[in-house]
Formats: sequence, structure tokens, C-alpha cells
Amino acid sequence: MRDGQAMSRETLINILLAAALLALPFVAIAMEEPFYITLATRMAILALAAVGLNIALGLGGLISFGHAAFFGIGGYVAGIFASHAFNMEPMFSAPFEFSGSDQMPVIWLAAMLVSVFVAIPIGAISLRTSGVYFIMITLAFAQMIYYFAISWPAYGGEDGLSIITRNGFPGVNTANPLSFFLLCYGVLAVALLMFWLIQNSRFGAALQAGRQNEQRLAAVGIAPFRIRLVAFAISAAITGLAGALFADLNRFVSPSMLSWHMSGELIVLIILGGTARLFGPVAGAVLFVLFEFALGGITEHWQFFLGLILLGVVLFARGGLIGLVAGKARHG
Amino acid sequence: MADTVLSIRDLKKTFGALKATDGVSIDLRPGEIHALIGPNGAGKTTLIHQISGSIKPDSGSVHFLGEDVSRLGVAARARRGLGRSFQISSLAPEFSALRNVMLAVQSRQGSSFRFFGPVMADKSLTEPAMAMLERTGLAARAQVPAAALSHGERRQLEIAIALALGSKAFLFDEPMAGMGPEGSKALTAFLDTLRHEAPILLVEHDMDAVFALADRISVLVYGRIIASGTVDEIRNDPEVRRAYLGEAS
Repeated sequence: MRDGQAMSRETLINILLAAALLALPFVAIAMEEPFYITLATRMAILALAAVGLNIALGLGGLISFGHAAFFGIGGYVAGIFASHAFNMEPMFSAPFEFSGSDQMPVIWLAAMLVSVFVAIPIGAISLRTSGVYFIMITLAFAQMIYYFAISWPAYGGEDGLSIITRNGFPGVNTANPLSFFLLCYGVLAVALLMFWLIQNSRFGAALQAGRQNEQRLAAVGIAPFRIRLVAFAISAAITGLAGALFADLNRFVSPSMLSWHMSGELIVLIILGGTARLFGPVAGAVLFVLFEFALGGITEHWQFFLGLILLGVVLFARGGLIGLVAGKARHG
Repeated sequence: MADTVLSIRDLKKTFGALKATDGVSIDLRPGEIHALIGPNGAGKTTLIHQISGSIKPDSGSVHFLGEDVSRLGVAARARRGLGRSFQISSLAPEFSALRNVMLAVQSRQGSSFRFFGPVMADKSLTEPAMAMLERTGLAARAQVPAAALSHGERRQLEIAIALALGSKAFLFDEPMAGMGPEGSKALTAFLDTLRHEAPILLVEHDMDAVFALADRISVLVYGRIIASGTVDEIRNDPEVRRAYLGEAS
């Protein structure tokens, strides 16, 4: 069957992408270019952030222009936890004394929880609107958090916050670039598995039906609002987790992680790779970082060329890179 | 009240100066087809929207199975068993016919917050959905995306979805619209059997179908019910003949 072939072609390109990303740091080691490991890690983390956004934007059709808020929140959780743990000063003392943590599992959990905690009120308000209003409200919330971070001197304000030594993970030497890459790659793999499960689940069916036709979803007795709010929260949690990893990669977190440029970048990644496609964010992140690196080395106006490419994708390849290679998405 | 499934009392809705619904009361009893007819712009679809919950009336009440559902939204009313079809087909266009029906089965099972378990491998979803497609004659088209179905097939699919919901009452807004004579005839025969499953409030322009199916007819003109009665009563009502049927019959 033709459809069967299109499916397997998408699976094939997914496997190739996963393998290429995994191979990149080993090639870097063979070439004695350790910087490329950082590049590969950056790809994995940005892909993770975009996998999160892809749940809201791709599956749910919720064009959040504020996901930098969660990316930045995850980053600040990592930075703040690490700085308290490093200086051994308590973050709070009631109901129990807590002096931060330099352990990634703790930080990740906190990054996801705080992201969900912030996403629920933002979603509950934003999801009462749709279309361009939804885009603007999510942007407005993210900007509020951005300006809050700038004006909060305790954690660096405008200058950002350094993480003196990369946070640890039990049994892994995270200071080793390859180990840290593999950790990020593993988290990305789990997130992709989650995305795939959700996409094919009952929840995913309702979420995608709501994107296609909200009136229909309500008419079968499923309230779109609740489905979308939960999707928005899951989406925020994954992007927040990516933010924590990003802060650890750079050993630095600053308000720029919260800025609307970042929100836009995440949307660009998804459109570039293929909206609602499982590996769309991976393809998008790989392309984006490659452009940034290759074109950025030639001209500081590399984003101009990125803009041209994006224009080409939007005009001629609506399904992004994955759509271009694997054909139209198919729902059973 | 005991033997009415759906009871609408004194609904009023104005848009600016336009009285779209002007004190409408209507009942739906078990096992009947109650047809709602009226010229274009009489407010039939606006009324259906108020019954299903997508438009809030200014005043009046809707009782369904003895419960006041006036303040409930569309989804909550649908979950209680108010199944509807739309005047202009409203489906999830990318989903196959089967997946469109599966969505209703899933809603009926109350299980939309399951994040794991692929739906296409879930027999508790696919089998009832397939059965509904068979009943409506769409089984052969199960795998076709809704967007690629013909106009008539989309109308049938809407009815299959309403069936899959286990509806206790059906609101059908011009289900025959745009169907050929063959399709209309087949659908008329189908609705005739469906009434025993749940009563139908039928908005329809096809007078042959209305006269063949309806137990009672209400005539809506400028937002008011000007007459309500059996087929014969309505046929012979002078006011109805003047206002609506005059030229048509």
C-alpha cells in the first residue's frame, strides 16, 4: 500500500536522524573537535524543548508564543538550585529546610513541577481565547516573566546566573561532554517516546480532533478546554526540563532564555522540521544548529538566510523537512 | 414531564433588533419524530444551537430527561445523550471515518484522559465504531479521511457519530440537504427505524421526507411557532398554508 510506504519512509528518516545525532559526538571525538559535541548536545536539548512545544502546537494546534517562559523557568530552577547548593545557603526553611540541589534528577523534577505550576494559570486564561489572541496572551505572559527575571537582583537580574560546576547525575560524570550529551540524548529519547504514546492515545485523539474541529469535539461530549489545558501543562513540563538541561550545558542562565526570541526560535524549529511530526523537532533542531554554526561562521546576518529558508519551507514544503521527505502525515 | 424526553420552554433570543427565537416551546416524546419546519431565516438553526448549548438563550429553559440542562455547555449536554448533526457537516477532516466515530465511542466510555495505549489497536473503540459505520452503510469507507468523503457520506457519518454516542435524543439539522433522491429515500427509511431507539427533532426542508416521517410538526416563522400538530393538521392549517406551504404545496 502507498500509505504503508509513506509511513515506513517516515520511520526510516526518523531512524536516520536519531542515528546521525547519536553519531555526531563520536565523529567529533574521532576528528578531535570536542566543540562539535557541544553542538550535538545543543541540538538534542533544543529538540527536547521543541518536542514539548510540539504537543501544544503540533497536536493541539495551540500556537504558544510564550514557551520561552517554561524554557527559562527550567533554566532558572537549575541555576538557583545549583547556586544555593554551591553556597550552602537555604532557599527556604519552612516547612523544611531546603538548600537547593546539585543533582539533576531533583532539578529536573522541580523544573517540570514549577513549569506545570506556572503553565496551569497561564493556560487557564489563554485558552479562553483562540487564534491571534492566544498567541498574544501567551507572549504577554512570557514577557512578564522575562521582565520579572531582569528586575530580580537576587539571582543576577539582567546579568544572569552562573552555574559554577555542572550539576551531577548519579553514576554519570556530567563534566565529561560525551557523558552529558548521552544523558541529554536519553532524555530526548524518552520525551519522543512520550510524544508518540500521547499522539496515538485516547487523549491524543481528542487533542488532535480539537485542532481539526473544536465544534465536533464538543458535540461528541468532550470539552476542548480541559483537554487543551492538560496538553499545555505537559508541553510546558517537557520544555521546562529542556531549559534545565540547557542551563547545565552553558553553565549559565540569563533572562535571554525567557525572551520572545526564544519562543519564536522554538516555533521555527517545529515549522522547519515538520509540525505535529514525531521527529519534526529533531529535524528542525539539527537544521537550525547547523545553520547557526555553518552560516554564523560566514556572516553575522545568518538569520537572514534562515528567514529565507523558513520562507521556502512555509511556501513550498508545509510539512517541513519530514513532510518533504516522507510525504503527508496520515492518521489511521 | 415524565413522558417527554426533551422539553423546551419559552426560549427567547434576540440579536440586536432581530427576534431570532421569540418564546418557543417544544416537546420531544419517546419514539416520535418531531419535525421543525419553516422558511429560510425562521430561526430553526438558531433554535437547534440553543438546545444543544452552543448559543445561550436570553431566557427560557431546556429540560432533558427531566434535568434542567439550560446552564450546561455543549459537551456536557452531549455526554447526557443529546446527539446532533450539523446543517453544514462538522467533522474532524484529517481523521478517517472510523476515527471520527471512535471519538464518540471514547467519549461515551468517559476515557479521554488516557495517555497510553494506541487507539487503533483498541478493540473496545474500533469494534463499536465499525458497527455504527455498518449500520449507516459506511463500512466500506471506514478508512477514508472525512475530508475525502462525499457530501452525502459526511451526512451519514454525522449520524453514525450521534449513534455511537448512545444518544437519548437526536437533533438533526437538515440531514437530507444536498442529498440526491436516492440518498434521501434511503435516509428517510433509516430515520424511520431510528425513532424507536431515540426520538428525533428533525429540521428539514424536504417536505416529502417530513410528511413521511413526522409524528408531529411544528412550524416556525420569524422565531415563533405558529402551529403545531399532526401531519394532517398542519397540512390543513390555513395560517400555515398562507405563511409557508402556500406556494409549495
